[in-house]
Amino acid sequence: MSAAAAHAPHDHASPHGHAPSFWRHYVFSVDHKVIGVQYAITGLIFLFVGFCLMMVMRWQLAYPGQPVPLIGKLLASDWLGAAITDKQTGVLLPEGYNAFGAMHGTIMVFMAIVPLVVGGFGNFVVPLQIGAPDMAFPRLNMLSYWCYLPGGLLMSASFFLPGGAAQSGWTSYAPLAVISPGQTVWLFSMVLLITSSLLGSINFIVTIVQLRARGLTFMRLPFFVWAQFVTGFLLLLAFPPLEAAAVMQLMDRLAGTSFFMPEGLVISGKLAEWTGGGSPLLWQHLFWFLAHPEVYVLILPAMGIVAEVIANNTRKPLWGYRSMVYSAIFLGFMSFVVWAHHMFMTGMGTKLSAFFQTTTMIISIPSVIILTALVISLWGGSIRFNAPMLFATAFLPMFAIGGLTGLPLALTTSDIHLHDTYYVIGHFHYVVAPGTIFGIFAGIYYWYPKVTGRMMNETLGKIHFWPTFLCMNGIFLPMLFQGLVGLSRRTYDATVYEAGQLVQGMHVGISWAAWTLAVAQIPFIINFFISLRSGRKVAENPWEATTLEWAAPSPPPHGNFVTEPVVYRDPYDYSPPGRSIDFLPQNKPQEA
Amino acid sequence: MLLAQSRFWLPPDISTHGSSVDQLINVTHWFMGVLFVGWGAFFVYCLVRFRARPGHAADPRPIPAKTSKYAEIGVAIFEAVLLIGFSMPAWAQVKYQFPAEDKALTVRMTAEQFAWNFHYSGADGVWGRTDPKLIDPGNPIGLDLADPHSADDVVTVNNLHIPVHQPIIVQLSSKDVIHSFWIPVLRVKQDVIPGMSIPVWFEARETGEYDISCAQLCGNNHYKMRGRVMIKPADEFAKWLESEKVSRPLQPADQEFEL
Repeated sequence: MSAAAAHAPHDHASPHGHAPSFWRHYVFSVDHKVIGVQYAITGLIFLFVGFCLMMVMRWQLAYPGQPVPLIGKLLASDWLGAAITDKQTGVLLPEGYNAFGAMHGTIMVFMAIVPLVVGGFGNFVVPLQIGAPDMAFPRLNMLSYWCYLPGGLLMSASFFLPGGAAQSGWTSYAPLAVISPGQTVWLFSMVLLITSSLLGSINFIVTIVQLRARGLTFMRLPFFVWAQFVTGFLLLLAFPPLEAAAVMQLMDRLAGTSFFMPEGLVISGKLAEWTGGGSPLLWQHLFWFLAHPEVYVLILPAMGIVAEVIANNTRKPLWGYRSMVYSAIFLGFMSFVVWAHHMFMTGMGTKLSAFFQTTTMIISIPSVIILTALVISLWGGSIRFNAPMLFATAFLPMFAIGGLTGLPLALTTSDIHLHDTYYVIGHFHYVVAPGTIFGIFAGIYYWYPKVTGRMMNETLGKIHFWPTFLCMNGIFLPMLFQGLVGLSRRTYDATVYEAGQLVQGMHVGISWAAWTLAVAQIPFIINFFISLRSGRKVAENPWEATTLEWAAPSPPPHGNFVTEPVVYRDPYDYSPPGRSIDFLPQNKPQEA
Repeated sequence: MLLAQSRFWLPPDISTHGSSVDQLINVTHWFMGVLFVGWGAFFVYCLVRFRARPGHAADPRPIPAKTSKYAEIGVAIFEAVLLIGFSMPAWAQVKYQFPAEDKALTVRMTAEQFAWNFHYSGADGVWGRTDPKLIDPGNPIGLDLADPHSADDVVTVNNLHIPVHQPIIVQLSSKDVIHSFWIPVLRVKQDVIPGMSIPVWFEARETGEYDISCAQLCGNNHYKMRGRVMIKPADEFAKWLESEKVSRPLQPADQEFEL
């Protein structure tokens, strides 16, 4: 299908000229923009839910054994599948803590961040940035959302079903996961969520290959599109193994197979029934074969957003665009051969560990190149510090800390001490929380006028940024030290251990930083809603940006562009030399 | 003796091999610190110098930035040094150069939700037969007391008694789920995987009592799966081993210590 053909009136659920019904327009829409907004709103709600679970856990961590204030008794209600707190005292139970922990991870990764960065930003922005009227397969796109939402709802419902929510960590290691309550629902939900991502990934790849506007060659694609393109391949290739593994674990639970269950287990003093001689390590291999590429699914789109915002607000082209693109592709390839660095402590041989620590070191190089390119892009700019740019600039040092702290974890010998400690939690949260989530905030402030036709409030944006930045560091920096001192992760009560007692004070500080972080989101939530009605109205290109999404009206109508865009230049033609103008959009022909 | 521990950095190391772990952690963090500070200084300088202001315009000409290329190559080289110079040889030594069996004391450890069961072979050097069917609350590893080799065996729960200045090999296995055997002060960490028997070795340089911690989520009471390693002079250890023969029934004190 050529780009021109794609612009011909096509078989949409709402034929042009007829106003689509409410259901067709807002609920079962096939328009990539509506689906993108559906994904983003759902993802933001889950982001909030995942954060709330953690705020309850932080109470127990800061004040072990003290009743959870306000909702302590509520979390022991009978309508829950399993009590989270003690009925008499309102103290968080260990099983409640583990359930919240497992669900925090699952919600944040599979139900919040991935749907936000891929389903939300990807869906809304990619077709616009490549000058397409929609995704290549609009119905598949709708199906993708309608696998995600039931998957997310089922996962959330597990709190209310018999046995409660899954308790074995987001990694669901067998045999623990196979014998723990709540896991069946977790696995069913995961199958839905994985299917959703799989459908989405195929759509992104085909859309980017087939529906680019005339003149939009691959090397003229905005970096965000490249990031989504690589992400699409990661999802496509990494998710099927986990889907298979989830079904296998389900069989171990329900059908008595023993893919992951070795023979001769004695559980709570009783000989277990599994006799097939399965391998617990097989689950870990299958899980991490997905979950390591998944890390790059979380971070690459955020890098893409940050690259867009930085190019726009430095008013100059990105430095090293090509090396960034090649690095992203290389990152994608390498992410498939590093998975076992999550398993260094499983008794891995010297040769295998040498291989995986080497690949892990190698994968740091393209990350360093992308980060360096983004920082050097600041040089020579004329930097506007608006709300999206504040978050995008803050992303850089936060991601740098996240990346650097990966080094001692990647080296097997230093990993002996740091593996499965709070150091790990600090490390990957620096990548995903002040890293990816800052990218998400930057993206929301940046594309909000495109989605709604109105700007978000700048002052509220700055009031949102500064405390968020401080609290994020107040939360995750101390965790690195807690890990070095020797505190295991997933520890319900640190004071049980000598090392934990030494760092209990930090736990208190971290918890208060987390609760303050929640308060710091209030200006954002207010801003998000009041700007819908009272934000400053803007035309199609309020940021004076060059990429194609800004050539469409704000908000873009069904079919996106008034006239079919044609591309004449590179994505970031800011401050063209020898001109008095500040920027040249991609769709502006060279003037005589 | 309890060594003073920093609230911000590594716990004391009383093992013979741990210095290579600590050295790598320290060198890597210096390297990270230098990179972050240097890079951060450039970053902040750019933000200040190139801020938008009246009379300042962006200069779109690409800068050659040879420095960044050299910096990236430097980073790659240093990473290779950390990898090949430090991590790989130390890993091979720590994890795979086991001490001679006749010089070392070998202890079997069977983990369960939520305890560490240690099994010593006693004076005859042969472990008594174990059978999962014999497991009961008083016999956590299912030791067959009818086996003559069992007579001098010692079984302890959660307390690992070892002599100082002697290589120790611990054979790790699990009854139920994955645990992770971690003694921070001895720089020992190894996942304990059901269906597998995985050995670790270490040698203590000092006597004392320290935490053993489970580093892998293993269920509700994972956080309480704490053991103690009790490092004694060789003669005291020998006396202890003699007095603890399995013919004496397990004492409640062995099962649980004060938290």
